[in-house]
Formats: sequence, C-alpha cells, structure tokens
Amino acid sequence: MKAIGIIMAGGNSERLKNLCTLRAISAMPVASSFRAIDFSLSNMSNSNIKKVAVIAQFNSRSLQDHLSSAKWWDLGRKNGGLFIFTPFLSNDNSFWFRGTADSIYQNISFLKRSNEPYVIITSGDAIYKLDFHEVLNAHIQKGADITIVCKDLANTDKDVRDFGVLELDGDGRLANFEEKPLEPKSTIASLGMYVIGRSLLIKLLEDAIPNGRYDLVKDVIIRHRKELNVYGYKYEGYWTTLNSVNAYMKANMDFLDPRVRSMLTTQPYIDTKPKDEPPAKYNSSADVRDSLIASGTIVDGSVRHSVLFRKVFVGANSNVENSIIMESSYIGKGCVIKNAIIDKEVVISDGKQVIGEPDNPVVISKGEIV
Amino acid sequence: MRKKEMLAMLLAGGQGSRLGILTSDKAKPAVAFGGKYRIIDFPMSNCVNSGLDTVGVLTQYQPLTLNQHIGIGIPWDLDLKNGGAAILAPHVKGGEQGEWYSGTANAIYQNIPYIDKYDPEYVLILSGDHIYKMDYSNMLDFHKKNGCDVTIAVLEVTMEEASRFGIMNADENDKIYEFEEKPEHPKSNLASMGIYIFSWQKLRAALIEDNKVHADSDFGKHIIPMMLNAGEVLYAYRFKDYWKDVGTIESYWAANMELIETVPKFNLYEDFWKIYTNNESQLPQYTGPDALIQKSIVSEGCSILGEVNHSVIGTSVVIEEGAVVRDSIIMENCIIHKGCVIDRCIIDQNTEIGENVIMGTGENIVNEDKPKIYNTGITVIGSNTVVPAGLTIGKNCVIYGKPGPECFEGSKLESGKTVIVEKEAII
Repeated sequence: MKAIGIIMAGGNSERLKNLCTLRAISAMPVASSFRAIDFSLSNMSNSNIKKVAVIAQFNSRSLQDHLSSAKWWDLGRKNGGLFIFTPFLSNDNSFWFRGTADSIYQNISFLKRSNEPYVIITSGDAIYKLDFHEVLNAHIQKGADITIVCKDLANTDKDVRDFGVLELDGDGRLANFEEKPLEPKSTIASLGMYVIGRSLLIKLLEDAIPNGRYDLVKDVIIRHRKELNVYGYKYEGYWTTLNSVNAYMKANMDFLDPRVRSMLTTQPYIDTKPKDEPPAKYNSSADVRDSLIASGTIVDGSVRHSVLFRKVFVGANSNVENSIIMESSYIGKGCVIKNAIIDKEVVISDGKQVIGEPDNPVVISKGEIV
Repeated sequence: MRKKEMLAMLLAGGQGSRLGILTSDKAKPAVAFGGKYRIIDFPMSNCVNSGLDTVGVLTQYQPLTLNQHIGIGIPWDLDLKNGGAAILAPHVKGGEQGEWYSGTANAIYQNIPYIDKYDPEYVLILSGDHIYKMDYSNMLDFHKKNGCDVTIAVLEVTMEEASRFGIMNADENDKIYEFEEKPEHPKSNLASMGIYIFSWQKLRAALIEDNKVHADSDFGKHIIPMMLNAGEVLYAYRFKDYWKDVGTIESYWAANMELIETVPKFNLYEDFWKIYTNNESQLPQYTGPDALIQKSIVSEGCSILGEVNHSVIGTSVVIEEGAVVRDSIIMENCIIHKGCVIDRCIIDQNTEIGENVIMGTGENIVNEDKPKIYNTGITVIGSNTVVPAGLTIGKNCVIYGKPGPECFEGSKLESGKTVIVEKEAII
C-alpha cells in the first residue's frame, strides 16, 4: 500500500454525556467486545497500510490502554507500525492541539519521515468496513488532489445537517462543501475520511498553521476546494458514528441485525485486543433472546434485544430489555433494566429498576451503585 | 542467554488413543476442552501464572493443530526475546539418522542442548494431558525447602484406583522410599500426576546414564527408580485441588459437563488464575429471537438460533432454527442445521450436520469395532466431517470423513456402528 494512515482519535462529545467523561469517543465500547477505534485500525491494517498514527487528546488513557500493544492489528512492527501522538510540551510549542489540522501539523515529522506518496486520514469513532485500496485507486484514477469518502444519507435515519455536506458534479468532483449546514443542498455527507498526497498535505499544513488556521475541513479542504481537484468517493456499506447517546444506542443495536453483523463475521475481520474470558454461561433459569452476549458473562435471568459486554452478570428473575450493559457490570436478582445504557462496573442491587424511554435511554455512569 | 532458575518442558506428543476419533488427526493436548480451550492451555497457563517464562513444548504425534495453536506463544505472553515458548520436534542430528521420541525421558534427553542454553537450576516436567490449576512456584519452594533432587506431584486417589497409577510409597514426611508402577496390591494411595521438578544437573546426568541402557528411556519406568536406587532425595508433593485426566470418551465428556454446574468444581471464572488460549475470534455470540439456552456454556462468535440444553459449545458454532442440542459437546466452527436433534454426542471441530439429523437415539449397544473406546452411549463425530441430511443415528456410533447418503442404509445408522471415510491421500 502506497499510503500511511492517520486516525483522528482526539474527539470528545458533549452529546455523549457521562459516557465520555472518562474515555475518548474512539475508546467507546461497541458490539459486545470491540472499541470504536478497532474499526478504523482494522480497516487500515486489512488494507495493508503498514504505518498508522493515532492522534489522541481527550481522555487518552482509555485509548492508550486499549492500544498498549499494536500486535493485535498486525501493527507491532520494527519498521512502521503504530504511533500514538498526544499533545506535548516543547520549546516552540506549549499548546493543546488547536484543531484537527494543528494536531497533524504538530506531528509533521511523521509525514516528513515517511516515503509513501499518500496519506489516508480517518476518524477514530466511525463504525464501518472499507477497503482503502478502492478509495486510493479511485483517487489515482481521477487524478485527484484530495478524495473525500462520502455517503448519501437519503433514506437513512441520519440527519445530514449533523455532517459536512458535499455537492458533487456529474464526475464526482466537489463543487461545494458546507459544514453542518442549516439548509443542506444535498444529502451527501462527508464521512471524515480523506486521501491526500503526502507532500501536498505537508505544504497545505505549513501554509495554514503559522497563519492561525487550524481546522482540517474549514481551513484546508474548504479553503482550497476551488484550486485543487477534490473528489468524492461514495461508500455504500454500513457506516455510523457515535455522536450522541441515541446514535450510540442505535449503533450497538444495529449489530443485532445479521446484515450489519456480517461486517464482523466475514473476512477480513475487525480485530480487537483480546481479553481472556471463559465462555459465556447460561444457567438453568436463563432466557436470552435476540441479544449479543460476550465471553465471561453469566446469565440467570431474562435478556431481550440487548447487547451485553464481557463479564456481565444478570441475576435470576431479572429482566433486561433493549439495553446496553458494559463490561463487569452486575445486575442483581429481580431487577428490571429497560431502555438503559449501563456503563462499566456498575452494580444494580436486587430488585432495583432502571427504566428509560425508547428514544431517550437512561445512562448509568461507570462504577455507580444503584 | 540469560540464566533461568527453572524452565518447563511440556510433553505434548502423546496420541491419547482412548479418545478414539478425536485424536485421529491431532495429539491429545490439542483436543478442545471447555468450549474455547484446548487441553494444553491448562498446563501452559499454569506455567505463566506461576511466573515461568520459558516453556519447551515437545511434539511428535500429529503436531499440526498444536503447532498452530502454540505459534510463538502470543496468547500466553510467551513471545519473548529471552525464553518464551518453543516447539521442540524430533529431529535429525548431525550425520546420523533422525530419531523419534521413544519415551518421556528420551524426549528430554534429546533436548538437553535446548535446556543447557538457559543453564537452569531446575527443570519442571509436565504433560499436556490434564485439566487442573496448579502453582508450580509453590512446588518449587517445597523442592528447595526439602533439599530435593526430585519432587513428584502426587494426588491422593482411592485404593481401588491406585493400581492404575504410578504409586509413591513415602514416609511420614512424604520422603519417597519406593516407587511402584501400576502395582497390583498398592501400599499407598499417592498417585504420580506426571509432574516433576528435577534439579537439572542431577537429571542431566541421569538422562545420559539411562540412555546407555534404555533406548526408550521413561521417567516412571527408568529414571525415577534409578535415581531412587542411587540414593537421591525424592519427595512427594501433595496436590489437593481439582485434577482430571480426560483420557477416555466418558471422562472427557463428564469433565466438560462439570463446567456447567452453577458453582463448578473447576472454576474458569477466577480472575487471578486465568486460562489463556489462542482464540481467533473475539466476536460476541448472537442468540436468536427463538433461541433457548440453558445450563450451558457457549463460546465467542456462536450464532444460536435453536435450543441448547446442558451442553458445551465451542467458538463460532452455528445452531440453526429448530435444532436441539442436549448433553453434548460441539467444538469450534461446527454447523448444526435446522431440525437436528443431538443427544449426548461429541462433535469435533469444523463439522457440518445436515438438516433433520437425529443423533444419539435408540438402544445403548457398544461400538462393534472399538468396544473399549465407545461404550457409554456417547456418539462421536470426527473433525471436518459432513453428515448428510435426514439421518437417524444411534448411540456409540462413530462417523468421520465425508460419507455420502449411500453409506447409510435406509437413512439409518444403528447404535454401535462406525462409518469412517478416509480423507483423500495428500501427495
């Protein structure tokens, strides 16, 4: 692969409320045994990208922990491999990352020391499966300077106004780009993934940052969209991002659908850091239907349409419905959990009820005792 | 190489012929256990949990599955620059003919150079055949405290069972004065577990000495009696916890089923003594809208749409709608199609059972070909096998390979019958 990868994992979101106070969005647990960043990392590794930088900022401890060894994504290499960049102090730099473009600029030696002609930039919190070879081939074939991976959000549950909106001409060339417009002129959203020439990116960053322009979308792509050949690459598969509590809930529940789950069950696989938990155990009063269950979990009660992570315990006569229960949480006996997101290491005492609305799930924060 | 205080040599070359078709294409230590594990994971994990970081795995019989499983030791964090896991296969030595491992001690004898490289004080000899959790560092402390040359881990068995084991006769301090291999009239009930700690220089000398006399040098038959006679200090180290030799179809089945108990005798759910394995899949399992799973353990990546009761299910198994699995062990990557009823069966990995197969039904007639192996009503289906749809299969049956429907007269296989279709020869 003639490209290096950059995963923008710096984001935090107000809209994820207390789910994100202790972790980066890209470290959000997804689909029983994964973290959001596993998808971008695996896609890069599966596309044969040998050198990947993860740029982190908020709550990067959770991410560092998950990425403590790069071997699970075949990125534990002598040459290349995985790089994790967090903000640091130096003689000429004493800032947090001031924006997405700035976060790359502050690590520009990573770009300068590479030989690969292209850079693939993605976000760390998107759930999708994509072969970057195809995007790069399209980029080269069109003679593009920048290629933006995009998706038509018509006929989906997503509001295009939450995203960058692209207007493409008949050839797929970018005519206009608006960030989160109130009155979108198209339904094609940018997925925050880009292909760009490495030297071009260095040039654009060296032009932008010293002049106080720090945002990759606004100050690099939108600003130069007329003089450069910017193309859209339409991605058709499943894609979602974890930009709100409801989106997080939906993303997890989507994996109950075999069509979405096939993303995990077909090759190339999405990889994650292994945890060595024993098989899940169903005791004699267990009644689990239409649910995802991870290893190390023990179920005595009833579970419907839910996603249970590792080492969860559900006591006898408890009912769990339409809920997410994260790692090491304990649900006692005779509890009712409905339309809820239970974060890690929560204890729900015997007989307690945690009930939310289908479109407004209750969130119980990490380590709470109910 | 940096010196190691103790390293482990894990004997994993045995066939385990009483496991029948399960060990036809892999060594006994590579047989799946407890859903996602293989038998060798238990001693391997015990090693790393006891703080040992150098493990030589001696392979011989059908090593492919085992080699792939161990690899460079990543699942056990044994991918180390200094030490780590090493597969030690029989090999051709300079200018001579190659030599198989002809006995347990002979296998160690042939690997003296590997051990010497680490210049250890002690060597731990293990077999890859048993299910247990044991802290070998406690055994080493015992070895040092008693100034032993050899420490042998022993289990207290009943006097009736004792004649099946190597028996240690020891004084009140557990110092061994006599060893009897499978005695008809046992004098003690301390059975050797096949776990030894040797002071390396003593063992090294004994191996070289015994090799001159016995070409098939064996620990129980030759080395232990020889060292005892030579006046070396041997102690029995009593182990009081769970230990299972899953050597027969029935004991293998029963040990798996014990894991299902609400509070099992052997607990896999203890965080401080994890069992590690090489699992490709980290996927969650999906239970379908009409699934019913009770009294079972189910591994990663399974898709259970039917009914599972009192069973042990390996990784990435698919059980389709309307299929019923009871009292059975289904190993990884098997597919049980719609409408099957599987009762008290063991189905080895990568096997596909066609629609509406009824298995494990009828009279309990022992297997005609191998009555000593298949005699407790359990039907066993080999690995990479395809069972055609619509069959009715009895008890104590064995199926292996890809037999066509014509192999089953009247779509039936009576209890005690065997259908083995050999795989195509690989040229």
